[in-house]
Parts: sequence; C-alpha cells; structure tokens
Amino acid sequence: MDRSEIENRIKNLLVSELGLDESRVSAEATFEEDLEVDSLGVVELLMALEDEFGVKIPDEEAEEIGTVGEAVDVVEAKLAG
Amino acid sequence: MLLDGRRLLITGVLTNDSIAWHTARVAQEQGAEIVLTGFGRGMRLTERSARRLPEPPDVLELDINDPDHLRDLTADLSKRWGSLDGALHAIAFAPEDALGGNFLNTPPESAQTAFMTSAFSFKTLAAGLLGLFEEAGGGSLVTLDFDNRQAWPAYDWMGVAKAALESVTRYLARDLGPHGIRVNAVSAGPLATVAARSIPGVDLFEKAWGGRAPLGWDLNDPEPVARMVCVLFSDWAPATSGELIHVDGGFHAIAAGGGE
Ligand SMILES: NC(=O)c1ccc[n+]([C@@H]2O[C@H](COP(=O)([O-])OP(=O)(O)OC[C@H]3O[C@@H](n4cnc5c(N)ncnc54)[C@H](O)[C@@H]3O)[C@@H](O)[C@H]2O)c1
Repeated sequence: MDRSEIENRIKNLLVSELGLDESRVSAEATFEEDLEVDSLGVVELLMALEDEFGVKIPDEEAEEIGTVGEAVDVVEAKLAG
Repeated sequence: MLLDGRRLLITGVLTNDSIAWHTARVAQEQGAEIVLTGFGRGMRLTERSARRLPEPPDVLELDINDPDHLRDLTADLSKRWGSLDGALHAIAFAPEDALGGNFLNTPPESAQTAFMTSAFSFKTLAAGLLGLFEEAGGGSLVTLDFDNRQAWPAYDWMGVAKAALESVTRYLARDLGPHGIRVNAVSAGPLATVAARSIPGVDLFEKAWGGRAPLGWDLNDPEPVARMVCVLFSDWAPATSGELIHVDGGFHAIAAGGGE
C-alpha cells in the first residue's frame, strides 16, 4: 500500500469514525488543537487505525502521533514491517 | 471448563486494555456466554473492543446513573436469558478536580460524583439485577477495587469512593446472601488502562509496585485479575462473600521497599 492510499484511508476514517469535518483534515492538522480530538477520541482513533490496517500500535509509538501526517508515518512504518 | 453454560453480564469494557475486556475474554475461553455494556461516547469503543473478543458479544447501553438504561438492560436480559449467573461491576469515574493532589480543595459535588459512579453504582447494579439472579437460584457479583484501607498519593476522592465501595461490598453481601448471591471485590494492582492514565501522578505508585510486590507485577497484564474474577464467577468459591481479594503480586502484605 503506498503512502497516498494510507493517507486517504486515514482521512476517510477520521470523517466516518470520528465525525470530523472533511475540509479541516489535512496532513499538517494536529489532532488536539486543530481537530479538537479529546483523549477518548485519540483512543478511538488508535483502535480504528489498528482495525483498519491490521496493525498493533503500542503506547510509546502512539505518543509520537500529533498530526494526521504523523499517523500516516506510524502506519506506513508498521506496514513496512 | 470453569464457566460452562454460565451467563454473565460484564460492564466496564472500553478498550482491549480494560480489565473487564480481559475478564470477558477469559470467561469466553472458559465457556461462558456474555453480554457487555458500554457507556456514552465510549459505546463505539466498546463495540470495537467487543469485535476483538474470541466471540463478539452484544453490547447494551448502560450509564449506571440512568435508571432508564438499567430498566431496559434488565428487560433485555430477561428476554434473552431469563436469568443471570454473574455480573462484573468495572465502573469508576471521578472528575479531574477530585484527583491528583487537590484533596483539600475538591468541591463537594465532585466528591459526590466520584461516590455515586464508583461506589453507590455497585448497589444500583446489584439491585437492578436481583430478579434475574433469583431466577437462577443465586449468583455471583464482583467489583474491581483499588485497596483503599490506606491513603495513596494522587488517588484522593477516588480513594474515598473505593473505600466506600469496599464497604458497599460487605453490605451487599449481607443483604444478598439470603438470595444465594455472593458479593466480592477484587483489589487489583495498577494496570495501564484509560482510567488509570487519567489519574495525574499515577506513576508514583506504579513505580512502587515493581520493587515491592514479592511476586513482581506487570502493568500491562490484566489476566491475573481476570482469572480471579472468573474463579469468583465459578463454583470454586461457594462460601466466599463480602471479601476483598487482592490480585496485586502480594504488594499489600509488604510495608516498605520499591519506589526506585
Ligand atoms: N487500572 C488500574 O490500575 C485499576 C486498579 C484497581 C482497580 N481498578 C478498577 O477497575 C475498574 C475498571 O477500570 P479499568 O482500569 O479497566 O479502566 P477502563 O477505563 O477501561 O474502565 C473504566 C470503565 O468505567 C466505565 N464507566 C465510567 N462511568 C460510567 C457510567 N456512568 N456508567 C457506566 N460505565 C461507566 C467506562 O465506560 C469504562 O468502561 C474501575 O473500577 C477501576 O477503578 C483499576
């Protein structure tokens, strides 16, 4: 799966699962500030990513995710093994 | 198997780190049939977590402070099973200003919320399910405690609520024993769950555990707690009620050490 496909699938998840406004979801957008995702929302996002891509994201790596682009980074690295 | 044919209600599954999730998993592996409950915005997470269980169970909505939810829940269980053999109470909540070293300044409403949702709620659940337990000729109620016979750093009014929960357990044991219902609390060591992460300063006692618990302790392994809950659901603790059972690596028995 290439990076743009991962990014698209993540953006779709954010809209369909977290109910975010599509126009605000960009690679640079931060979850906490720009998208106003709270701590429960972050937990939901992580589980949604794990289910969508069939990967396991440990807490230490989850902490690295601040923006949509960083979520793409983590998933891309996971899928690359 | 330990729980063949048992019908259990498991509250408190949020993620697959939840102590209740691991209890549900072990219970299914031991032959139990289960239903989960979810709460508020967490419902979607509970449903996601349910799909990660060996056999994805149904998820019903239960805000323990909403009498309508409890009524609908018991109506559903009556139709579904007609009776109930066991229930896990894995519910706790305290507002931010009731935790983390604000003990002297916590407003009464916040302390009250902690008490209602974390201690009184065990009575609420027990009373709601009583009729279903009677249909089964008795049963087993289990709650999850963090031992508060002594004071902890950071735990504050959640700690006071847990001390109340320990007492609620004994009074429920008194009043439900004649119905053949056992009521016990399992006191767990610290585990890395959403609830634990929301306590500022929780790492203070997490650190203490490693060095002090004679058996050692793994923050990321709720299975020992889940197994004890399943033992209490089984026929293997038939004369145990009103008890506070520690699953903490033996920490509670040791007065000093750890914290390095
Ligand atoms: N994690 C620990 O270190 C630890 C140690 C000892 C005891 N416990 C206890 O175990 C229990 C489960 O917590 P956990 O650590 O698995 O965390 P968790 O965050 O996975 O579970 C807490 C649960 O409480 C539920 N809840 C909160 N308010 C509710 C309400 N009004 N109605 C219904 N449900 C509500 C949440 O939906 C959630 O499922 C809690 O009682 C907790 O105090 C936890």
